[in-house]
Amino acid sequence: MAANSNGRKKHSVTKGKWGIIFLLPFAVAFLAFQLYPLAYTIYNSFFENYRDGLTQVGPNWVGLKNYKEAIFEADLLKYAGNTMIMWVIGFIPQILVSLLLASWFANNRLRIRGASFFKTIIYMPNLIMASAFSMLFFALFSKVGPVNGLLQSLHIIDKPFVFLENIAATRILIGFMNFMMWFGNTTILLMAGIMGIDTALFEAAEVDGAKPGQVFRQITLPILRPILLYVALTSMIGGIQMFDVPQILSGGTGGPSDHTTTLIMKLNNHLYSKNYGMGGALSVLLLVITSILSLIVFKFMVKKED
Amino acid sequence: MKRLVKLMSLALVLTMIVGMVSACGSKKDDNVAEGKLIVIRCWNDEFAKRMRDHLPDYKVKNKDNALEGGTYKGYTIKFIQVDNKDNAYQNALDEALGKQSSKKGNELLDMFLSEADYAAKYVQADATADVKGVVGLTDADLANQYQYTKDAVTDDKGVLKGVSWQACPGGLIYNREIAKAVLGSDDPAEVQKAVADWDTFTATAQKMKEAGYAMLSGYDDTYRVFSNNVTTKWVVDGKINVDANIMKWVEQTKEFTEKGYNQGSTLWAAEWEKGFYKDGGVFCYFGPAWLIDFCMKCDQAGSVGIDGGWGITEGPMGFFWGGTWMHAATGTDNADIVKEIMLAMTCNETILKDIVTKDNDFANHKPAMEAMVNSDYSSKILGGMNPLGIYCNGASKIKLDCITTYDQGCNEKFQAAMHDYFNGNFATYEEAYAKFEKDIYEIYPALKPKN
Repeated sequence: MAANSNGRKKHSVTKGKWGIIFLLPFAVAFLAFQLYPLAYTIYNSFFENYRDGLTQVGPNWVGLKNYKEAIFEADLLKYAGNTMIMWVIGFIPQILVSLLLASWFANNRLRIRGASFFKTIIYMPNLIMASAFSMLFFALFSKVGPVNGLLQSLHIIDKPFVFLENIAATRILIGFMNFMMWFGNTTILLMAGIMGIDTALFEAAEVDGAKPGQVFRQITLPILRPILLYVALTSMIGGIQMFDVPQILSGGTGGPSDHTTTLIMKLNNHLYSKNYGMGGALSVLLLVITSILSLIVFKFMVKKED
Repeated sequence: MKRLVKLMSLALVLTMIVGMVSACGSKKDDNVAEGKLIVIRCWNDEFAKRMRDHLPDYKVKNKDNALEGGTYKGYTIKFIQVDNKDNAYQNALDEALGKQSSKKGNELLDMFLSEADYAAKYVQADATADVKGVVGLTDADLANQYQYTKDAVTDDKGVLKGVSWQACPGGLIYNREIAKAVLGSDDPAEVQKAVADWDTFTATAQKMKEAGYAMLSGYDDTYRVFSNNVTTKWVVDGKINVDANIMKWVEQTKEFTEKGYNQGSTLWAAEWEKGFYKDGGVFCYFGPAWLIDFCMKCDQAGSVGIDGGWGITEGPMGFFWGGTWMHAATGTDNADIVKEIMLAMTCNETILKDIVTKDNDFANHKPAMEAMVNSDYSSKILGGMNPLGIYCNGASKIKLDCITTYDQGCNEKFQAAMHDYFNGNFATYEEAYAKFEKDIYEIYPALKPKN
């Protein structure tokens, strides 16, 4: 084609070609690794398709049977509840601490020393693999672990406390780990939001005699609301996908007594027999939930631009 | 300038492509002649070490890491190790066996290993080759092996599909110090009197508690003793079935936990291993030879075993635990060499005796083991005792006729669910059972009642 054309025309055609070439890697990767698996998962969810030992069962078309089982028989609500409770336990301190840190870091008057050092430090836990983090906590809080050793030598308790056999303790530990991992990330997002606020507003408020608390409540928070909502929703979507931390902390059992089993841990169980049907159905249900949440975010972002 | 940029980008793209191609190339073991590669799949280095230490003519590549393989009679041995955790080993193995028919030459899987809990899954499958018909071992070769090690890997049609170098009868492994302090003697015969049946075992547990010791480390210690003495299978007519013996374990462990006879640990956890050390305060563990040598940390300072602080006796019931079998993969291009390895590692009396004396394992050769009962063989860890008499006695009694392809999941999920019953997070057995049943339907959809 290019050989036949000449002059200016050739020039414009080449440019168009390059645009497509630059887009190609993304398009190919998206089609191969996202769109195709997505479509295949949905397709699979309508089939009975698993292994019995080394024998393959199916795929047999079963319609919506997998969905019916996933919703009504598999206690989906219970596991959604577990997931939400552990997410909330982590999210509340996460948003509070992040707000506090972000407003400190963004406040030029405080002149915090080594601010960039601390900004790096608080982000660090996010760089550790969640599974490594979880293994660490598993060892720390085991019956013969250092935490029990410390509490005993300080005479706070006289018998070892089995954290991982206690429902509340295990959930709090999981929430705490998620908090540790994500508060740095949230702080940076909120900081960006706060720094985007016109400083003239703060100055005006101060001239009018507003106290720092009032400035925070009356100016920072209302203007920050879009960012806060964004943080809450993305964190919630991340929360729905909670897997590695509880999986490893409970040794894959979701214990104590099924109280830390999350939705994705259920999904993972179906892989034991390569149950693509049930796994697919559960994935699609999760996709629906996260899509609804994403839509809310999207709608809200568009509104902001208006 | 423009040309330079073009050249540079071309060079970059080329290096990238070359890198990718060479990465693929290194996987293909280019330097091994076609048909001269033996691929063995395993989950730990136990078998690789056994080959390194006992197989004549085998030249190991790296003495410190047996898994790097070596050469044997002109063939290159390559191990592919995948960890057992989260079923990863079996997933990878299933994948490889599934693709076996489309592979050829050096890509073919030749051998793989399995454990007692899931051996049945592979034995019933066509992907596992007939040891006699395909590999070529004869009844005469196998005559001295313990019958149960053959029964365990014989499929429904009576075809033998695997062989093992070990037999795994278990005993009650007790802490000699504690035995002296509480029972007044650490002599196996005397200790046996205190643990001869479950009633005296429980009475002794009470004595241990009064003296400030725990009879057992945790919930799972007696599990195998009961679960490997079952008379019914985990799955009967496609339905889950809990054997009466396993119910006995539930009742006993609930009682022991409530009365404080155990330390409330779970198998393989750090607190379970506490009793392997001198200040651990655990009287006994149940296990076969491999537990003592492979798991009880007897080479570590402060451990009970390093000074020969353990003793062994038969305990209330004979049982077995675990065991590793080797299988030939259907389609292997090197059946002859697989046969030689199997012959050497599981039928050769000299090698098997060597495994006993060097690794304190219990080998799968009945006459040799019985001859060694009265030999001067002794285990340092067991305070200079010769445990082979106890093992021999146990090995002849082992029955393995109640295995199913679902045993691994059933054992794991049942124990996990019951832990929450023992520690009180489930108020009743029924609640714990409901959790177990739900887990089983998830991991074995085939068992789910059809409605």
